[in-house]
Amino acid sequence: MIVFDHVVKRYPNGREALSGVTFRIDAGEMVFLTGRSGAGKSTVLKLIALLERPTRGTVLVNGKNTGALKPRHVPAFRRNIGVVFQDHRLLADRPVYDNVALPLIVADTPLKEIDRRVRAALDQVGLRGKENALPLELSVGEQQRVGIARAVVSKPPLLIADEPTGNLDPELSLEVMRLFKRFSDVGVTVVIATHDLNLVREFGQREIVLDNGRVVNPQESDDLPSVIATR
Amino acid sequence: MSFRPVAYVARHVQAFLGSLGRLARNPLATMLTLVVIALALALPLGLKIFVTNARAATGDFANALDISVYLRTDVSLEKAEQLARSARERPDVAEVTLIPADQALAEFREHSGFAAALQVLQENPLPHVLHVRPTRESSSPAAIETLRRYFAAWPEVEIVQLDTEWVLRFNAILELLRRFLAIAALVLAVGVLAVVGNTIRLEILNRRAEIEVTKLVGGSNAFVRRPFLYTGALYGLGGALLALGIVVAAVVALEGPVATLAQSYGSEYTLTGPAREDVGALLAGGVLLGWIGAWIAAARHLRDIEPRA
Ligand SMILES: Nc1ncnc2c1ncn2[C@@H]1O[C@H](COP(=O)(O)OP(=O)(O)OP(=O)(O)O)[C@@H](O)[C@H]1O
Ligand SMILES: [Mg+2]
Repeated sequence: MIVFDHVVKRYPNGREALSGVTFRIDAGEMVFLTGRSGAGKSTVLKLIALLERPTRGTVLVNGKNTGALKPRHVPAFRRNIGVVFQDHRLLADRPVYDNVALPLIVADTPLKEIDRRVRAALDQVGLRGKENALPLELSVGEQQRVGIARAVVSKPPLLIADEPTGNLDPELSLEVMRLFKRFSDVGVTVVIATHDLNLVREFGQREIVLDNGRVVNPQESDDLPSVIATR
Repeated sequence: MSFRPVAYVARHVQAFLGSLGRLARNPLATMLTLVVIALALALPLGLKIFVTNARAATGDFANALDISVYLRTDVSLEKAEQLARSARERPDVAEVTLIPADQALAEFREHSGFAAALQVLQENPLPHVLHVRPTRESSSPAAIETLRRYFAAWPEVEIVQLDTEWVLRFNAILELLRRFLAIAALVLAVGVLAVVGNTIRLEILNRRAEIEVTKLVGGSNAFVRRPFLYTGALYGLGGALLALGIVVAAVVALEGPVATLAQSYGSEYTLTGPAREDVGALLAGGVLLGWIGAWIAAARHLRDIEPRA
């Protein structure tokens, strides 16, 4: 579960990326974050993954108040979140297997268990047999799926993705989104920031629209009287 | 999280092998760093071996710490023998040799070439002499001064002579060298820390992307630090082994000439290489310095690397 309560995020350069954002995402939901470039989508995801902390307001993720989390608890917190980036952030000098295994390795997982889970994750994204390939030997779509396998391999309750289809053609994009939907169907909370409104419509899932650091779509605002009250 | 010993060991082995592999993939850079570390470690080890050898080679100098006690010429031989006996009773005296005046004169006749001239003498002008050798434990300047005073206080004694100043001076030089060795080792240890620290700093910057991703998926600071600590320790170990090689090669190269030199002095002395404790200290010191240097660099630079979105 994710709760943003009147969250303000001001970057060190003074730019206010979020100006009082309030929403709630329940466990197992699949939600799209949309809005123009610079609206604050990535900033919301950064606050969820604790890559940034809120300037004001409260961010609750998996029951933890991220603003108050001690640095030594941050690694354990992050292990409960799978993150997928547009540029997938794979380690170029490591084979697919090592890339996918990384979240398990840092979590002290026994080797046998790592092996089982890595193969299962590669299976889920349709990359069985690519274990020993280097990321650059794969197509862009395959690389993105390796990134997704890495994000889900430790079965985190929360999956966030920033423009996961940004580099993919429409067909591949649809395929990747279906993958996310499948994780959501088994109870994983999924939050996806995207420009691709066609894709969002196709899935008919809940949408939070940001503009200039605020939530602007009426159904979201209607649900959240506290947001209106602050206006 | 529960502690899983097998996984724990496996992770360490993995980090260790990873570090080893990375070093091997960059042989030239690795070698350059190792050479710098090795030189910094070889210098104190070489000095240590030099001091040890100088000590060993001059170990017999304690025997050279002879005190010559010249008795007055009117002291009888019986009295001289009695004095020699009482000198032997002292715990700080190892050996007393009495050289009677007659024996001294006879030797002098034989060796000096003045035999004819000496025939003229009516009586023996030479005194009885006691050659006193202090025990090894009582060879310090202070102990020898005590002995000198003791003999000088006897009414039968004409003069007490010490030909030991150069030995004391030599020992002082050795002591100075020993201190210099300690200072050099300290300074060079700091140098090794700096070299390893800087190498690790560069490596951390090189692997920034990897560190970011590792932290993103929940890698703790300890996890991210581990391979760098192993790399540092490996640099230290490799540098120490290379230093050992350099020193052993130097000892082997010098062995022949030193033996030749010793023989020319009638000595059987041969150069001693590093002792087992020296080797142990060198390797342990190298590993420890590498580890600490890496730790310092990691503490300073890893904290700053946080995943970006
Ligand atoms: N690290 C940063 N430092 C300063 N300003 C930042 C930083 N990151 C983002 N911003 C600013 O905050 C605002 C929101 O940025 P954000 O990346 O959240 O937008 P976005 O909705 O993800 O845009 P896009 O669709 O282009 O990815 C922008 O004006 C951006 O310039
Ligand atoms: Mg963005």
